[in-house]
Amino acid sequence: MVQDIVLEVRGVTKSFGPVRALRGVDLSLRRGEIHALAGENGAGKSTLMNVINGILQPGSGKIFWEGREVSIASPIEAQALGIGLVHQEIALCPDISVAENIFMAATNTSRAPFMDFRGLERKAAEILRQFCNLDPKRLAGDLPIASQQLVEIAKALTLDCKVLILDEPTAPLTNREAGALFAIMHELAARGIAIIYISHRMAEIFDHCDRVTVLRDGQYITTMEISEITPDDVVNAMVGRVLGDLYPAKAAPGVIGDILLEVEGLSDGRRYHDISFRLRRGEVLGIGGLIGSGRSEIVKGICRLEGTPEGRMRLAGEAFAPVTYRDSIREGLVYLSEDRKGDGVFLEMSISSNISALNLSRVAGRGAMISDRRETVLAKELGAKLGLKCGSYSDPVSSLSGGNQQKVAIARLLAVAPRVIILDEPTRGVDVGAKAEIHRILRDLANQGTGIIVISSEMPELIGVCDRVLVVREGRLQGQVEGAKMTEENIMQLASVEGPSRTAAHAAG
Amino acid sequence: MEKMMNVTETARRPERSWLYNLLKMRETGLIAIILILVVVMSFASPYFLTWLNVRAMIMAFAVEGIVVVGMTILLISGGIDLSVGSVTALAMVIGGLLFLNGFDPWVASAIAILACTGIGALMGFFVTYVGLHHFIVSLAVMVIARGLCLLGTEGRPLSLFSLPESFKFIGQGSVGPIPVVIIIFVVVVVFFDVLLRRSTAFRRVFYTGSNEKAAAYAGIRTRRVIFLTTTLCAGLAGLAGVIYMARFGSAQPTFGIGMELNVIAAAVIGGASLKGGSGTIFGAILGTVLLSVVSSSLALLDVSVYWQDIIRGSILLAAVTVDHYLSKRRR
Repeated sequence: MVQDIVLEVRGVTKSFGPVRALRGVDLSLRRGEIHALAGENGAGKSTLMNVINGILQPGSGKIFWEGREVSIASPIEAQALGIGLVHQEIALCPDISVAENIFMAATNTSRAPFMDFRGLERKAAEILRQFCNLDPKRLAGDLPIASQQLVEIAKALTLDCKVLILDEPTAPLTNREAGALFAIMHELAARGIAIIYISHRMAEIFDHCDRVTVLRDGQYITTMEISEITPDDVVNAMVGRVLGDLYPAKAAPGVIGDILLEVEGLSDGRRYHDISFRLRRGEVLGIGGLIGSGRSEIVKGICRLEGTPEGRMRLAGEAFAPVTYRDSIREGLVYLSEDRKGDGVFLEMSISSNISALNLSRVAGRGAMISDRRETVLAKELGAKLGLKCGSYSDPVSSLSGGNQQKVAIARLLAVAPRVIILDEPTRGVDVGAKAEIHRILRDLANQGTGIIVISSEMPELIGVCDRVLVVREGRLQGQVEGAKMTEENIMQLASVEGPSRTAAHAAG
Repeated sequence: MEKMMNVTETARRPERSWLYNLLKMRETGLIAIILILVVVMSFASPYFLTWLNVRAMIMAFAVEGIVVVGMTILLISGGIDLSVGSVTALAMVIGGLLFLNGFDPWVASAIAILACTGIGALMGFFVTYVGLHHFIVSLAVMVIARGLCLLGTEGRPLSLFSLPESFKFIGQGSVGPIPVVIIIFVVVVVFFDVLLRRSTAFRRVFYTGSNEKAAAYAGIRTRRVIFLTTTLCAGLAGLAGVIYMARFGSAQPTFGIGMELNVIAAAVIGGASLKGGSGTIFGAILGTVLLSVVSSSLALLDVSVYWQDIIRGSILLAAVTVDHYLSKRRR
């Protein structure tokens, strides 16, 4: 039924200099379907979406809109056709209210000479109420990342679109928020809106999508009906090979040794209280909890990136009392930020200078000048250890895929030969293949005697990677799970209690 | 990342009253500081609160205030312009030279303002289409425009005593007790303040300055916005130059050296962010008023001119420091 195809892409190519991001991609979208787009990072999903949205112009190939060939020269033209895109990266104006952010495109095309701030707030509240509890009057920049993502979604919902593209919208969301989003997606699809849904999470694709198109290395691989396939089919099509176990083996008996880090009564008096735990050599320790529970704040307090909490700490049996993060690094306790692009890597700088950033003395030559040669040697050594895929170590980090950027960020920490590494959301925005690699790297490091602490919002990741998981709720340790007790139900049970405090946590985070 | 804190805060704090909002506004704080200064000064010097002195103070900042308006809008869009002092002087010189060569003073002024607008458009071109930074482009133009002033006048002030009274009126005349300069100033300020606060067109300036990418995704032609704010800022500097010409009855090639710093300081004290995305014209004008009141006070108190710069610079530093901490607590 040709008339049911709302958008069709045929043989689209796109090159950035020598890099061929898309080489002949097809995609056809039926009215009212939820169509998953799968592929590893760097497979060309985002590039394809940017072509469809008019941000990029294709090198060759054709785009048909309701059977008619079109060229989409700009996002405005895409909007005029009825294409809405929620970007993977959050792009909000931080100094502007949530309501205005939501209606920015409408304001831009509005013929009214003056702003109706009250009206915008009222309309924004109506849209937000469908799936979350956010005050439209707040400034977007004051919101935590998950709430900002909700604003991005609300933004797309205001566009009167026939095709809605969602690029990994659930990455920073809690399960409940994601659930509300899916309900809205189904409702939109029932109204005849076609949705392109990009995600790395197989469970989401299989629970909510009708068809899936797989890209690999910029090429079209296949389109399949979800009802006829299993997740393995999709994963195999994505990676072009059969993946082994998704998660590495747990610590072998006898690997876990003496106490490496001991934290006792850590409290900053506001956001977390009386945190005590022990990390053993060779162990991968998880910290779970809802977003806003204080888990990131706790580890930032430990390494003194934020706040100066009370409490005693011992590292490898000796008193550990850093005053600044610099002291913490010197003692061998390092932290990897959850916000890779914001705080994690220097995007514009070269791979090698990113890797050496924490330990410049190691790459200094005569007269304390940085030696390019030593820097490259260090980068190559650590890059090889982590299986970093890159052209040249002098390329900017921005040229790498998310997974490889994350490896650069980890390599930088390894440059100081740390005793304890704390990783906050180590695989956010990283594709399945690279994710498994990062998990294996963490386990290898643990086996070599480095203490690993992992914070994650993804329950399967915590359960799959960690030997033991601590659960934080409202700034207090609620308990820990290990072995067979490490299940999603048990962690959720500890992480949340039904009650007013939990609703408040959702409202803000 | 103070999520926990936000949770408890929103839970405890009752609905914010209009009084709370009013007190939180930066403008309120600035007005309070200005009033305190005025009260203290009126005790220190009986001359301070006389109409003559007040009028002189307003006259002193009114024309510069027009430049502050343009600068504030440019800052909100994420730009900056160091050339405003030179461009103001260039408007005087162009207007003066044309007048001395037989042009009608009004036509000469219009051409001068257009020329300055053209300079702004040129800067906007280099910034948006070539992709250079505002700072460096306007730094270059600052030097070039000053050079043009000196070239056109051979370094000597142009005497324009022969300007007709009808033209001098815009710089020297009054309507009733109120000088025309102040009227023009108030009209420009109110006009742009209302537009910037309420109009949909000027909201694009905030969006662009706050996050250019987000604005572009919303279909806003951000390069055009920045081009236009750059042009507008230079155009308003040109208007100021023409008014100065009428007021002084001369064109001084060295006029306005250091003006850019005063203007930027006023806008920043008034709440404009150098990172773009926030600021108001009312606030920026209050910043201008504050700097002017301080200058006038220091002069009346016989403080050495050498100290005046040091004190003004310290005020700027104090203002942005206080602001930094206030906005940090808010986040």
